[in-house]
Amino acid sequence: MQRIINKPDMVVEDMLKGFVKAHDDIVMPTSNPRVLKYKDAPVKGKVGVVTGGGSGHKPAFIGYIGKNLCDAVAVGEIFSSPTAQAFYDAFREADSGKGVACLYGNYAGDNMNVKMAIELAADDGIEVKTVVANDDVASAPKEERHKRRGVAGEVFMWKIGGAKAALGGSLDEVIAAAQKAIDNTRSVGIGLTPCTIPAVGHPNFEIKPGTMEVGIGHHGEPGVEVCEIKTADEMAKMMVDIVVPDLPFVEGDEVAVIVSGLGATPVMELYILYNKIEELLAEKGIKVYKSFVGNYFTSLEMMGATFTAMKLDDELKELLDLECNSMGLKVFGK
Amino acid sequence: MEKFLNKDGKVIVLNLVKTIQENKDYLSEVDGLIGDGDHGINMNKGFTICGERLKDADADLSESLKTLGRVLLTEIGGSMGPLYGTFFNRMARSCKDEPEINRDVFKKMINEALAGVSELGNAKRGDKTLMDVLIPATEAYNKAIEENRSFKEALLAMKEAAREGMESTRDMVARVGRASRLGERSRGVLDAGSVSCNLLIASLADSMIALLAN
Repeated sequence: MQRIINKPDMVVEDMLKGFVKAHDDIVMPTSNPRVLKYKDAPVKGKVGVVTGGGSGHKPAFIGYIGKNLCDAVAVGEIFSSPTAQAFYDAFREADSGKGVACLYGNYAGDNMNVKMAIELAADDGIEVKTVVANDDVASAPKEERHKRRGVAGEVFMWKIGGAKAALGGSLDEVIAAAQKAIDNTRSVGIGLTPCTIPAVGHPNFEIKPGTMEVGIGHHGEPGVEVCEIKTADEMAKMMVDIVVPDLPFVEGDEVAVIVSGLGATPVMELYILYNKIEELLAEKGIKVYKSFVGNYFTSLEMMGATFTAMKLDDELKELLDLECNSMGLKVFGK
Repeated sequence: MEKFLNKDGKVIVLNLVKTIQENKDYLSEVDGLIGDGDHGINMNKGFTICGERLKDADADLSESLKTLGRVLLTEIGGSMGPLYGTFFNRMARSCKDEPEINRDVFKKMINEALAGVSELGNAKRGDKTLMDVLIPATEAYNKAIEENRSFKEALLAMKEAAREGMESTRDMVARVGRASRLGERSRGVLDAGSVSCNLLIASLADSMIALLAN
């Protein structure tokens, strides 16, 4: 393994220590070593926003702790759900008495641990409601949308939910806004190399040299098609052809777009991909209102990229434009 | 009637710890075929923490099971933390006030544990999960008791059904959990959760049979 680590079993602990030092203007540790919170959380009078998930997806999930975003985040082992205890502790750190919106990603472990944490929180009188992201088009057919995974579209869900909470929305309003965001969001990924969990030491799935996998998940879950590596422009077309008809996005729509690397992709290449994606969307009469290109939701050192689009209306635009500050996402107004 | 004392039961949990430690690499290997390859690592971490807490503790079976359940719930996460955590917590609760463990007490323990896991995980038989071990193992135990067979015979029936259940996952297509995203590609290999569940059920049966012989 060509990796920058100490003990393979301690990568999450070691990473958290560095993260807290580097971003102490935004985040704070808590009494649970697997929970980080926004330094001003719980924000008085504001609905708490919580997420959580396995590690290895930086900036997700802790990179989205910050002003007008997430208040507390539960941290799991690499690619493994945080404990129910961690979600519960995150709820407590985030709750100012107005309730907590838990916005997370539809993985079996997360579903179970969140469910158990909500029961623990109920005993304390903390009201928790959830939105489960399911933006990954390739992970299940449209008629089984409830089975789809949450991927990079979760960033929009946190952004919109966080903004609604910051503007004084009630718990139900925050949940409705976050749900609306994810309902209008679709994503797809392409993987070119696998990734290795340090403690395992070898990749747990294979992408043969010279090939790529369209629709791959954030943990190497198989996609819809394996084919020879194509040009960036052809990749852009494949991604647009999967995402656009699914919602569907139609002529006249305005969208926000994320093109995220999966960990090992040169950011330069993400711009090559974005160039064509924007062009293809424009040809269809779909206007990009705001774009985010970079590493927003990764999978260790996987080579590849994801494309996410969210259809906007006036409410979503206003919430998207609200200022926010975190390690992973900074917006300074319109 | 065959029985052993609750206060003598800590060894049952210590043996569970040993079983997982010894099979750590095997579990990761099986998991690596259609999962992340970290099942052994995560299980070993949780069971080892429990083993250390119990090592010098004066704990009976119920307290030992509770320690295991609590560690899995609070320290492990993933899917296995809540599932096995609930499994052992429910077992612990069902024998808390029982000074002696006989076939009826264990019947309550295993059925309560199964009920807890079923409520949480929503997986059914045939979904290629640990339920394909837990459900037939519990049913086999219940059936043996209904037929008025001995505690030992019922445990052996449970153990055998667990093994068969594990084997049955080989030909299944995963319908829940991460492997479900693989569809047909998940056929042909054992489900890692069913492998660990079979190991745990077998260890439980063997330890209890040994205690009954004393």
